[in-house]
Amino acid sequence: MRVSTANMPSEPQIEKGLPAWVQALPLAAVFAIFFVVPLFLTVMVSFWNYNEYEILPDFTARNYLEAFEGCLDRLLSTAPELCTTLKTYLTTLRIATVVWLITLILGFAIAYFLAFHVRSLSVQIVLFLLCTIPFWTSNVIRMISWIPLLGRNGLINQTLLQLHVIKQPLEWLLFSDFAVILAFVHLYTLFMIVPIFNSMMRIDRSLVEAATDAGASGWQTLANVIIPLSKTGIVIGSIFVLTIVMGDFVTIGVMGGQQIASVGKMINTQMGALQFPPAAAHAVILLASVLMSIWGLTRLVDIRKEL
Amino acid sequence: MSRTRRKHVVTRRTAMKGAGSLALLGSQTVTGFPAVWAQAPKVLRYLGTAVNQSPDIAKKVKEDTGISLEYIPVTTDDVSRRVITQPNSYDIVDTEYFSLRKLVPSGNMLAMDGKRIKNFDKITPVFSKGELPSGKKIGDQGTAPKKVMFLEGQNSTKFAKTPTQWATLIPTTYNADTLGIRPDLVKRPIGNWKELLNPEFRGKAAILNIPSIGIMDAAMVVESMGEYKYPDKGNMTKPEIDRTMKVLTEAKRAGQFRAFWKDFNESVNLMASGETVIQSMWSPAVTAVKSKGIPCVYQPLAEGYRAWAAGFALSKSIKGTPKADLAYEFVNWFLDGWAGAYLNRQGYYSAVLETAKAKMEPYEWAFWMEGKPAERDIKAPDGTLLEKAGAKRDGGSYDERMGSVACWNAVMDENDYMVKKWNEFIAA
Repeated sequence: MRVSTANMPSEPQIEKGLPAWVQALPLAAVFAIFFVVPLFLTVMVSFWNYNEYEILPDFTARNYLEAFEGCLDRLLSTAPELCTTLKTYLTTLRIATVVWLITLILGFAIAYFLAFHVRSLSVQIVLFLLCTIPFWTSNVIRMISWIPLLGRNGLINQTLLQLHVIKQPLEWLLFSDFAVILAFVHLYTLFMIVPIFNSMMRIDRSLVEAATDAGASGWQTLANVIIPLSKTGIVIGSIFVLTIVMGDFVTIGVMGGQQIASVGKMINTQMGALQFPPAAAHAVILLASVLMSIWGLTRLVDIRKEL
Repeated sequence: MSRTRRKHVVTRRTAMKGAGSLALLGSQTVTGFPAVWAQAPKVLRYLGTAVNQSPDIAKKVKEDTGISLEYIPVTTDDVSRRVITQPNSYDIVDTEYFSLRKLVPSGNMLAMDGKRIKNFDKITPVFSKGELPSGKKIGDQGTAPKKVMFLEGQNSTKFAKTPTQWATLIPTTYNADTLGIRPDLVKRPIGNWKELLNPEFRGKAAILNIPSIGIMDAAMVVESMGEYKYPDKGNMTKPEIDRTMKVLTEAKRAGQFRAFWKDFNESVNLMASGETVIQSMWSPAVTAVKSKGIPCVYQPLAEGYRAWAAGFALSKSIKGTPKADLAYEFVNWFLDGWAGAYLNRQGYYSAVLETAKAKMEPYEWAFWMEGKPAERDIKAPDGTLLEKAGAKRDGGSYDERMGSVACWNAVMDENDYMVKKWNEFIAA
């Protein structure tokens, strides 16, 4: 591509410049209006002051200081304890990490199966569509339908009771970390499958043959050929899953019975109380921590180079 | 290449210009009916929670007055947010009295002129004086409507201590909330708020995750346990908030709660599925569980009820416009009886009792308002069976229920601190 454009010096610079700008304008405008401006406003408001019914233009660190109020004291006290903010971030991070690991393993395995074991394109498409089933139902429907499945008197508990596997219904099936992670995995494995599948399909099959011919075992081929070549997909999928899970509050709320704290929920509660500046401050902190993890991931793989 | 493309554009543009002028011509020929344009369509944009925004009411208003209601259904939080940040996005708002301490100072609400409300003097004294029609005083802890019902003047943002001509809200509905229980699973009489945290129901209790309301329910529990007596449950001091949240946090750590709910449907599902057997609940949610054929009782408790009330206010954006006249016409219609009867039949209470009574059958009034056994089957406005003949309303009559109100939904002075503590509680 680059070579072909360089080979056309006859085209005048101005004519090339303006249309290019005009063409880039719509997307740039959309980005500016729906991303840059709101983000800027959020950062700005996070430094504002507020009272019960108003946000007051100001430049104060109050919201950030209050977010971490007492954190140091509590950590250094005789009975060390995490403050609410750190505890909430830790819970969110823990859930995000577990979900990431599970979706990664599942997503990789499914993508591998689709890319290397399913030979016919139409079967691939059908199986791929099957993976989108979780998106066919709305959150409300899911909320209602998890209870009869996982609940105290739900299908799973009834079955286990009847098979005499358990004597008391399992309480941890619903409104627990388990339920939250299950729902996330159910929802977001697809976000892993798609990019990993995409990079796997672009692996030259002769490389796999060459590895086999050179005497590599199945695992060796996987570790030395397929995983390194699917790295882009893995990183993109990881970014999807991590960013979605870190910011979620609906799924954690519904599946955790509102009893598990998440950063999103904290922001939601503050918005509900019309405390926009502290909510904005938390949003900025959340954004920073998510950006940091993405930065870490992109250190591992240069996505742009490998796309 | 580029030249030919440009040519194309030109020709297409001219073609479109032609078409445009044709269309203009066309539209000009149609404007021959001045009568149609003389009258603006009677439309009111109605902001509120979905609870009161029923299609039946919209239909009946249209029939009676020609006003079309455009419902904007959002959550309680979003109603406040809109009033404060986007007063131009609605004409009339239906909000709760406890929000007023946040909303009125914003200056975005227009005081309602009592002189333009036909039944203004007939509005139940629960609102104006904090007492029953019989004269019995009712509990006024929290944001009791009488504290925020009147303003000092039309453009004032100060609450008046005594009734004036200027009302912050014209009341629509109100009710007394308590705990809902599943009698078939609890299997014994429940008489006090403290049962919510009774270890007997470990893992089977729930509380609502709306901080300002949840903490009041918790305060009812704390008082019932005999731990502390609040001077005002609806306006706690910081140490009182700490004390209340400590009780809740300990219960949470001990696994007392199955879940917290925020949404009407969540509370219905929790109760109907048997995940919880005792929880804070709203009256229509109990009705919804019952209509599935599952026993559920809206249990009257010794310490009394936590009450709430909602009403209409105009947006400042329609001040002095014909829209304001429409809004007054609608509010007057609302107090005229049909809507009141409709709400009473759902278990809410209407602001003007006598007009609603006129629009209800005597047996309906006896069941819903007088606490008498139902003479006939009691049906919801949509025709579903709510109670069989012979049944009595939980908690009894209007006077018994509203007379036992202990406190009102509130926004505290220490709201900021309370929200922080609530987040801490959720994270515990």
